[in-house]
Amino acid sequence: MKNILAVVLLGLGFNAFGMTKINGAGATFPYPIYSKWFSEYKSKNAEIEINYQSIGSGGGIRQVLKQTVDFGATDAPMNAKDKSEAPYKISHIPTVLGAVVPVINVKAVNGLKLDGETLAQIFMGKITKWNHPTLLKLNPKAKLPNEDILVVRRADGSGTTSVFADYLSTVSKDWESTVGRGKSLQWPVGIGSKGNEGVTATVKQTEGAIGYVELSYAITNKLSMVAMKNKAGQFVSPTVESISKAAEGANDPTAEYTASIVDSSAKGAFPIAAFTYLLLPEKNDDMNNKEIRKFIKWALTDGQKFAKDLYYSPLPKKVAKQVLEKLK
Amino acid sequence: MKSESTLKNTISGSLSQREASVFNWAPQKQDQFVFASMRVLSSFVILILVALMVMLIKTAWPVLVDQGTNFFTQSIWNPVDEEFSALPLIYGTMITTFIAVIIAAPISIMVALFVNEVLTPKLAKLVGLFVEMIAAVPSIVFGLWGIFYLGPFIKNTLAPFLKEHFGYLPLFQGPSFGIGVLTASLILSVMITPTITSICREVFKTVPAMRKEGALGLGATKFEMMLLTIVRPSFSGIVGAIVLGTGRALGETMAVAMVIGNQPQIKASLFAPAATMASIIANEYAEADSEMHIAALCGVGLVLFVLTLIVNLVARSIVWNYNRSSK
Amino acid sequence: MREWHLKYRKLKNIVFHMALVFAACAVIIPLFMVIQYVMIKGFNSLNWDFFTQIPKPVGEVGGGMKHAIIGTFIIVGLAGSFAIPLGIICGAYLSEYGRGKIAALLRLSTDVLTGIPSIVIGIFAYLLVVVPLKQFSTLAGALALSIIILPVVIRSTEEILKLVPRHIREAGLALGLPRWKMIFFIVIKGSRSGLITGVILAISRAAGETAPLLFTSFGNMYYSTSLTNPIASLPVQIYTYAISPFDDWQRQAWAGALVLIILVLGLNLISRLIMNRQQLGFGRRK
Repeated sequence: MKNILAVVLLGLGFNAFGMTKINGAGATFPYPIYSKWFSEYKSKNAEIEINYQSIGSGGGIRQVLKQTVDFGATDAPMNAKDKSEAPYKISHIPTVLGAVVPVINVKAVNGLKLDGETLAQIFMGKITKWNHPTLLKLNPKAKLPNEDILVVRRADGSGTTSVFADYLSTVSKDWESTVGRGKSLQWPVGIGSKGNEGVTATVKQTEGAIGYVELSYAITNKLSMVAMKNKAGQFVSPTVESISKAAEGANDPTAEYTASIVDSSAKGAFPIAAFTYLLLPEKNDDMNNKEIRKFIKWALTDGQKFAKDLYYSPLPKKVAKQVLEKLK
Repeated sequence: MKSESTLKNTISGSLSQREASVFNWAPQKQDQFVFASMRVLSSFVILILVALMVMLIKTAWPVLVDQGTNFFTQSIWNPVDEEFSALPLIYGTMITTFIAVIIAAPISIMVALFVNEVLTPKLAKLVGLFVEMIAAVPSIVFGLWGIFYLGPFIKNTLAPFLKEHFGYLPLFQGPSFGIGVLTASLILSVMITPTITSICREVFKTVPAMRKEGALGLGATKFEMMLLTIVRPSFSGIVGAIVLGTGRALGETMAVAMVIGNQPQIKASLFAPAATMASIIANEYAEADSEMHIAALCGVGLVLFVLTLIVNLVARSIVWNYNRSSK
Repeated sequence: MREWHLKYRKLKNIVFHMALVFAACAVIIPLFMVIQYVMIKGFNSLNWDFFTQIPKPVGEVGGGMKHAIIGTFIIVGLAGSFAIPLGIICGAYLSEYGRGKIAALLRLSTDVLTGIPSIVIGIFAYLLVVVPLKQFSTLAGALALSIIILPVVIRSTEEILKLVPRHIREAGLALGLPRWKMIFFIVIKGSRSGLITGVILAISRAAGETAPLLFTSFGNMYYSTSLTNPIASLPVQIYTYAISPFDDWQRQAWAGALVLIILVLGLNLISRLIMNRQQLGFGRRK
């Protein structure tokens, strides 16, 4: 009886031969496009199976450093301390551009307009009612109710949070000094949900909520998005085009593109945009690593056409070319 | 930890090597050998526990050194500046458990009495089975129910009611969004009620029928009979049941993590979000950024471990005393 | 005066009975509601794809949890094959020898292990297996679950073997059997159905655990049976889907919850049936 069990278990363990299994983990921000990519890639290369778990950028970086995954993914570039802990050189491969969009759930309010400072005040808990004078002044026509604001934020270490906090720190001195930048923050108010998925779900289910999620999540779940005032003084709604504009000026000879592109001064640019990266350990002797490189080549060429349908902005041609050059 | 696996290998290795010859040994020798093997395997289980404690302490050590007593006294959980304190989480765990037990304990005792003493035996068996089945329902299912049913119910019905009638208490002030301490506590109380009820039923069953009949025969009402012959003598058994329920509530993770709001803070209002020790580990462990963050989470795990250890040892000694005195 | 007192006592009795009925309703109705809610939601969400498909890319409708159902069976099976033999041997040690320092320590450890929150066991398995192997894996998840199963099996084995009447042991020894043969071939073998009951209960508890799997067996979008790779499991998959915003994923979370409940409660009921029918092998000792 026990022998049969052992044989069955062994059989289960070994039938995976002939299949290359690659494990990755990290950002939830690009999860919709990544899962599309991995599934498309598998339908073309049946023997390559890329398993990606969206656990958050903080987790992506940490698991790569601990080498528990073959590659990581993050929207917040690794900082100097992370890099110093790395057992190999780990390079950032930008894959697509996305936006972090403030989303709200308030009855009969659509197309709310906000500026950076006001957004910071809300997330610091200094503005607590939807009909606060500052909000009314920015939105004279909207019917803002006399209701409490519920701040929804990430509970896990998140690149989305990092991009968002980076933006708020850039536009609000108050935010920079009291909360600051980071993948996990000490939040003054609000409730924490797990992943972009969790924040989207909580905002969707809770009237009076405001949260911040990646554009793709906001659109596919039909959340009401906030138009943000950019550096040029325009109120810009998040769209694939307005994200692309934010990346126009970007230039990085190392092809990592880890410099922040929030609060872009370009006209028509949505101010909270970011590159998202795969974290690739520089291990040339590793089979899985080679397969990942192959996958990246596909993703940066053929794969880019899936971006727009899922509301991500493809990499600018110049950037994609530069990254591919470097991979060789 | 390596030594453990090698230890296991040598045990199993030596077993299979000698298996052929064991049957040829003298019975006494065979016995000695088997006895020794059983002892080694038993020690292995003890070793698991020791290893668990050692590894928790080892991993948590940096934060205990770095934060010192601040780890237990500050109301702060700040991954940016790497300042961590378990206090808000201990608070979250304590308050949710406390409320859950306050609600669940009396009700469970009454339900146990009701099922044992009022219902007909057949019905009692049925209801008892139902309650025990609920005790086995995985916590993720309760969490699912909490998000989609209990949360909205509290937001739309219970919270407005409490605010209207008890709004003068700081406990029931502030906005309620259906996610927070109250929701988590209620879900916990639903989850521990079956546990406490079934243990209480077992305890109450040990009262000899003769004593109950005697009380009734002396003219006691049924209420007096239950109080005098069932509840009073079972007191330590009841306490044991409650403590075990408390232990379950302290360590409950998923259902709480799904409805508590995950905000490590200490607020008077029960509508406010909070975080418990278990819920923060579930949320942050796989995705923590820094070594110190991991150490802090292990530190929290350690505190949780010690707390449940104390509770369980207390329950153990109570139940033990109870068993001894009832014999 | 006396009459008044009697009335007062009768009143108390009635009030108390009403309180009991009220308490029973207050417990049984919400519990019933949970079950009913999950059942209705689950049945409406369940379809054939759920058992035969693996997940579709994020946001696309369809797909199922075949990989997670099989994953749960593999993790739990593996955990059981670690924990059950060890648990039965340790339980037998406690019931048959049961004295001395090691036995006392083992009893204490078993009690402590029973009470450790499952999330803490998850941390332990992460540190013990995931960090050195540098890989989330089925093994790590199975180890975590086996530590949950182990104390339950030890305890139930001890209790059940203690029910074996003394004269049966003596009869074995009188036949000239070595003690260990008496233990393994008479006491344990004869208590099979009782032991199976305990084992099934332990397994049903482990099958529903989510917390210790979050960062040990992790998750997988694909069907996998590898022991050294991450693997999906039903509870973790339900959790991921439950907190997601996508309607179709939420639907599948309900379906998953229903399947999980049926699995866990089914095992539970089976063990009860065995217990009722067999009366623990040798019959209960009075």
